[in-house]
Amino acid sequence: MGFVKRMSGLDRRIIFVIIGLAVIIPLLIPIGLPIIPTAPARATYDAIQNLPEGSIVLFSFDYDPSTMPELQPMAIAMLYHCFTKHLKVIMIALWPQGPQMAELSMQEVNKQLEAENFPLPEYGKDYVNLGYKSAGGLVIIGMATSFAGIFPLDTYGTPISELPLMDKIKSGKELQAVVDLSAGDPGIPAWVMVSRMAGYPQPPEPGSTDITGKMYLLGGTTAVSAPGFYPYLNTNQMQGLLGGMRGAADYEKLVNKPGTAIAGMDPQSIAHLVIVLFIIMANVFFFLEKRQEKRKAT
Amino acid sequence: MKKQLPVIIGLIAGLVFIVQFFSPAITPIQERFTNWFIVVSVFAFVLGLTNLITINLQKIQRREENWPYSFPLLISLFAMAILSFIFGIEKGPFVWLFNNMMLPMSATMFSLLAFFVASASYRAFRARHKEAAMLLVTAIIVMLGQVPIGAAGVLQYLRLADITNWIMAYPNMAAQRAILIGAALGVVAISLRILLGIERAYLGED
Repeated sequence: MGFVKRMSGLDRRIIFVIIGLAVIIPLLIPIGLPIIPTAPARATYDAIQNLPEGSIVLFSFDYDPSTMPELQPMAIAMLYHCFTKHLKVIMIALWPQGPQMAELSMQEVNKQLEAENFPLPEYGKDYVNLGYKSAGGLVIIGMATSFAGIFPLDTYGTPISELPLMDKIKSGKELQAVVDLSAGDPGIPAWVMVSRMAGYPQPPEPGSTDITGKMYLLGGTTAVSAPGFYPYLNTNQMQGLLGGMRGAADYEKLVNKPGTAIAGMDPQSIAHLVIVLFIIMANVFFFLEKRQEKRKAT
Repeated sequence: MKKQLPVIIGLIAGLVFIVQFFSPAITPIQERFTNWFIVVSVFAFVLGLTNLITINLQKIQRREENWPYSFPLLISLFAMAILSFIFGIEKGPFVWLFNNMMLPMSATMFSLLAFFVASASYRAFRARHKEAAMLLVTAIIVMLGQVPIGAAGVLQYLRLADITNWIMAYPNMAAQRAILIGAALGVVAISLRILLGIERAYLGED
């Protein structure tokens, strides 16, 4: 078999090994490639930064362990940002494993805050984890009327009437921001389509920092899904979006707290470069093979 | 009546949710329905679980293809359930199994995609015609522009990050908007058919 034909049908195990090395080597020997945050990531950061102290932010953990590598770093960086700004956080989940993702995020955030001698957020007063409820969009609609109607107990079985934070807010209409970390459905589309119609506050005007009576809707999603949500950014239905591990790395850079996302940028960059080189190589051999076949035919 | 009743329930529920946008008087009924539906949706979990157990037990009994894999599935299902009932979900064996087995295995399954994507890219991404070539060039620009290496070294002079941002903000956004509108119109059409009882696939009919 000729060299060109052999290369066109390269054994995929060789490809697997090369990809494996492309990921492992930069992890062991970091390159330190520059990270320049994108506009949507910067908009997400600016929205949280613009919230006054004491504002209440709802985090919706709509992902599971399979997408943890992309979404968990976003959750940790954003929670860290919220607590260092003394914001209050309500955590809910529209996916069954969301409460565990919230719990793991808080453990990591507490470690980061402790390392900086920052006072740790107090459960019940600074943040609550209300747990999971099924039926996606209906939960969002229900919270617009009353949190207690949808989440009578938190994820640990405590009545929410016993949580001091829930005395300050009775329904979703009083939120200042919603952060939806979503890997699919229910997720960002449900929040965008349902929340404003259900009575949640309207978004602030583009470019405005006056958020009196307004609510930011911010999203974090996998890199594969992010392009599909750009229409919502364009129409100000969402005010910020983090896409994939790159979005998480941008946010870690903006809060100046390097974590797993920034660490993952070097391997991701090299892996992308290797895949691009594979594509170019495959097409070169494809055209060479076609030319050889044409010559044989004539 | 067995076939008419679900259709009537669907029609009433759908009408309540539509009319409440126009008439605040219906809102209390809509709020009650919302709570009912959240409760009913939990039944779907019970149904799914029962189905899963039944199918896997049948597979083992009939020695169908891949029947040995049903054993670890059922054992892990019952083990996690029983451990959570006895020790709770805040700490103990359930949490240990979740953090040390469930999390790494789920992340690994998703991570395998990277290898198959690389292999598929090499074998299938061929510029057989103009449109495929355009797609390939765009994919290469976006793939490099989305990662830090696109703004490092020699590549920074190609301004790949800026081109990527333009592609995402304009052509991609326009195409995604068209898809969203098309999908939304499709959802409206199928919803009307379901509400009016014309579409009955959810009842098990053709």
